[in-house]
Amino acid sequence: MPAKKLNPKQAAYQKKVKKYEPKPKALRNALLAFLSGGVVCLLGQALTDFFGAVMDLPPEKAATPAVATMIFFGALLTSLGLFDRIARFAGAGVAVPVTGFANSMVSAALEFREEGPILGIGAKLFSLAGSVITFGVVTAFIVGLIHAILPGR
Amino acid sequence: MGKKTGKQTFQFATPPVIIATGTVAGPFEGQGPLAEEVDVVLSDLRNGENSFEQAERSMLIQACRLALDHASRGSAEVDLFLAGDLLNQIISSSFTAATLGIPYLGIYGACSTVAEGLALASMILDGGFAGAVLVATSSHNATAERQYRYPTEYGGQRRPYQQWTVTGAAAGLLGYTGQGPRITAATVGKVVDMGCKDPLNLGAAMAPAAAETIACHFEDTGWDPDSFDLILTGDLGEIGFKLCREVLAEKNIHLGENFSDCGLLIYDREKQDVHAGASGCATAGLVTFGRLFRQFQRGELSRVLLVATGALHSPTSFMQGENIPCIAHAVRIEA
Repeated sequence: MPAKKLNPKQAAYQKKVKKYEPKPKALRNALLAFLSGGVVCLLGQALTDFFGAVMDLPPEKAATPAVATMIFFGALLTSLGLFDRIARFAGAGVAVPVTGFANSMVSAALEFREEGPILGIGAKLFSLAGSVITFGVVTAFIVGLIHAILPGR
Repeated sequence: MGKKTGKQTFQFATPPVIIATGTVAGPFEGQGPLAEEVDVVLSDLRNGENSFEQAERSMLIQACRLALDHASRGSAEVDLFLAGDLLNQIISSSFTAATLGIPYLGIYGACSTVAEGLALASMILDGGFAGAVLVATSSHNATAERQYRYPTEYGGQRRPYQQWTVTGAAAGLLGYTGQGPRITAATVGKVVDMGCKDPLNLGAAMAPAAAETIACHFEDTGWDPDSFDLILTGDLGEIGFKLCREVLAEKNIHLGENFSDCGLLIYDREKQDVHAGASGCATAGLVTFGRLFRQFQRGELSRVLLVATGALHSPTSFMQGENIPCIAHAVRIEA
């Protein structure tokens, strides 16, 4: 749909709105996201090392149980009602890693549980995470295609 | 046609009376400065129900029953029930009407509903079509968040200009005769679209509608800002409130200390992390039927202009890239 052009009165008002609209604190948010994201990744690395040592796995195999554990914690914190409070401060730091993906699914499951297992949880589980999957698959396909066409490894 | 004055204002020959009110606020709202001036503060966001939608409905039923009890009337003694809320197909109101068993007209004006209800009820009463009309509205933080935004437990960062949807329900019983503050005039607003698209900044979208209705009320009636003890907008929040003042100043209407916004009165914005203030149907509802009604009873107020504001978009219209159309209705309440 083409964006409707603003008439001069609307354009003048939009300028006024910009004047009063407080800007999100970008630097503070970026710093907090950097630190909290770093903590999440540090935990992930510690888990990877732990599973590698305990289960005697090579690092690339040890990542799988580590990711599953991080997802578990994301889900647990969401269902305890703590994740959204942490995310208020941590922002992208907890949203970008798998913890954010877990949160988007579990929060949807909690929210739509009253609509029943099929039309509620089943259908709405991916209401937020769905586009991540869709575009993840599309991107993987395109990258795979390029990889297949380009010569060499 | 003697009751219409100017372009959009209706004056009542026999001003209808707000006889009694009932107000219920959520637990978070109960921690704010309005707690003393509502009848009931819930201890549980679900109010003992299975879903948040049922919780909202139970609050609305409770508010209506309180209003009727305070007037010592049964629901059979009420001629009409006018109510609206934010949920799709206004289910809170309609299901409440089913419980109360009062002939019902569902209305939708988003957060302007309380003023829309008061204006309509006043016309019906002054027109001689009814002797008693119950007006009610409700909103619930969790039901509104899920319908308009994200699941409640989703960890997103809130914008500094975002507002917090109030959990609460408010009802007022209006009569043709009786004791209490009276609705002497109502200005019905036009839908205003100033090109705002951001559904997280509804205060800015609604401010021009409020300004237009306020200006229209003054022009139609010849009253001015100094005629009122209080001019109270609905839920503009901090940003919308400043914008409204500026837009009116450009029209050469200068509002002084007697100008306020319900969205700034519900929470303690220093301690409660609600950013720009309160929003939702219950914002103007709780302030009007909770605080204003009590202040009129105590004789602290004699003339108030309530200008409740509503954003009339839906999640669908927003996702399809449409602007946010807004409205504001004004009612003049006098002791």
